[in-house]
Amino acid sequence: MSTALITLEDVTVHYGPHLALQRISGQFGAGTLTAIAGPNGAGKSTLLKVIAGLLRPSKGRVTIAPEVRASIGYLPQISASQRDYPLSVMQAASTGLWPEIGNAGRLTPTLKDRVRAALAEVGLAGFELRQISALSGGEFQRLLFARLILQDPKVLLLDEPFAAIDAETTARLIKLLLRWHGQGRTIVCVLHDLLLIHKYFPDSFVLAGKCMGRGHTHDLFEQKLLSFDLDMAELHDPEHAEGPHDAD
Amino acid sequence: MTLIDFFIAPFSDYAFMRRALAAAVILAMGGTPLGVFMMLRRMTLVGDALSHAILPGVAVAFLVAGLSVWAMTLGGLIAAIIVALAAVFLVRTTQLKEDGAFTLLYLLSLGGGVTLLSLKGSGVNLLHLLFGNILAIDAQTLMLTAGVSSLSLFVLCVLYRRLVIDGFDPSFLAVAGNGRGAVWTSPLFFVLLMINLVAAFQALGTLMALGLMILPALAARFWVRNIDKLIPLAMGLAVLSAVAGLLLSFYLDVPSGPAIVLLAGMGTLLSALIGRVGSVRLYRTRGR
Repeated sequence: MSTALITLEDVTVHYGPHLALQRISGQFGAGTLTAIAGPNGAGKSTLLKVIAGLLRPSKGRVTIAPEVRASIGYLPQISASQRDYPLSVMQAASTGLWPEIGNAGRLTPTLKDRVRAALAEVGLAGFELRQISALSGGEFQRLLFARLILQDPKVLLLDEPFAAIDAETTARLIKLLLRWHGQGRTIVCVLHDLLLIHKYFPDSFVLAGKCMGRGHTHDLFEQKLLSFDLDMAELHDPEHAEGPHDAD
Repeated sequence: MTLIDFFIAPFSDYAFMRRALAAAVILAMGGTPLGVFMMLRRMTLVGDALSHAILPGVAVAFLVAGLSVWAMTLGGLIAAIIVALAAVFLVRTTQLKEDGAFTLLYLLSLGGGVTLLSLKGSGVNLLHLLFGNILAIDAQTLMLTAGVSSLSLFVLCVLYRRLVIDGFDPSFLAVAGNGRGAVWTSPLFFVLLMINLVAAFQALGTLMALGLMILPALAARFWVRNIDKLIPLAMGLAVLSAVAGLLLSFYLDVPSGPAIVLLAGMGTLLSALIGRVGSVRLYRTRGR
């Protein structure tokens, strides 16, 4: 088992009276590619936000290894972005360089070439001067992946990166994801699509308000914690779990 | 009278018009970049509420120290900070949302401020504080305005990239900027906004102070798509409204603050009708 980069201890999150996450514990090792699966309202996005440091747990603790603490890339759900913001594709992608060049660093020709290369890598070559408001959902998601390429983080936290985008874009972004995995980056990805999880994600974390199971994806399928036959909502069945029934 | 006389003479002949012009141009340059970011953050109404909220502070300062620029500025700033903190407190601890909290507080401020002012003094002072008097600006106030605008432009240069990123995707700023002081971006922006509003209120009053900041920004959005062009265009439109408003005020003998804001507002409305981006004119072809 590789060294743990992200450690969760008894992480509990309340939104007011509503219990979103209940006593989640677990580790994400260096270089792992993990899917977070679970029904709607299971707290998947909440868990990702807690790991990203955007949300403070009401109880429990998240520990990020110091060597990656300043190198986290977070991709929010596409619906959370301002898609009509007055930026060009080139400008929006360049924001990924901000941690590197700061508030006053110049965007040198070399850096501009890097931005163009990142855009080309996600299939947005030639889109540089377009305004982001003119992009389709799939193109916008590609743009955010280009920003991630430029940010070059060691840990990637992705929230539903393939929701509501076309098949071609999904295929291209999955390829990118696998390459990042091959480079030894640590990836945690909230995902709905069981086919994608089964095919591409070695590890999974099954969530339904609390942790239903975690480990190798294929073991979880064997244990029927992940299943193509089973509706994910059945995880709420009290026979399987005493998870929160108000988790939606 | 030649055309040149018409545009130049009021300013060359009268010192008060020159000072008013300087104040208006300074406010236009310093305030509109903030106005653009307010618009992009969808907080124009919050800004509006904040600008009214300074009145009770100004009123208390007036009761204590009379028409002293420094006292009123300080009073206004303190009131704005109290209102902003109170709004944050109410939103966090009650079921009030941001719009409700700010509406409550600004109405309270307006009511309280006007009541305080009428304890001592005439309707003239009240009108002066509500609508400003850019034609009566003295050298001292002008220096204060110039100082605030320069400082604010400087801070904005430092904050610029963060503000752009924050508006586009706040989570990116928070996660990638963790440990780089990103958490200070929004509070600093609020402080900038408040000192600009307080500086503008001498010229335009608490009811109009926001006009010169926000209206040109809204207008510019109808003409250009990119933030690189948005800010300079908004600045230019603000300067134009300021100069035209002063001339209107001079020739028709109407109050100058409202004249400036009226022209800026009409320009914005016209842009909404015939602009190149997302205007009424393009409504049918837009398809959504």
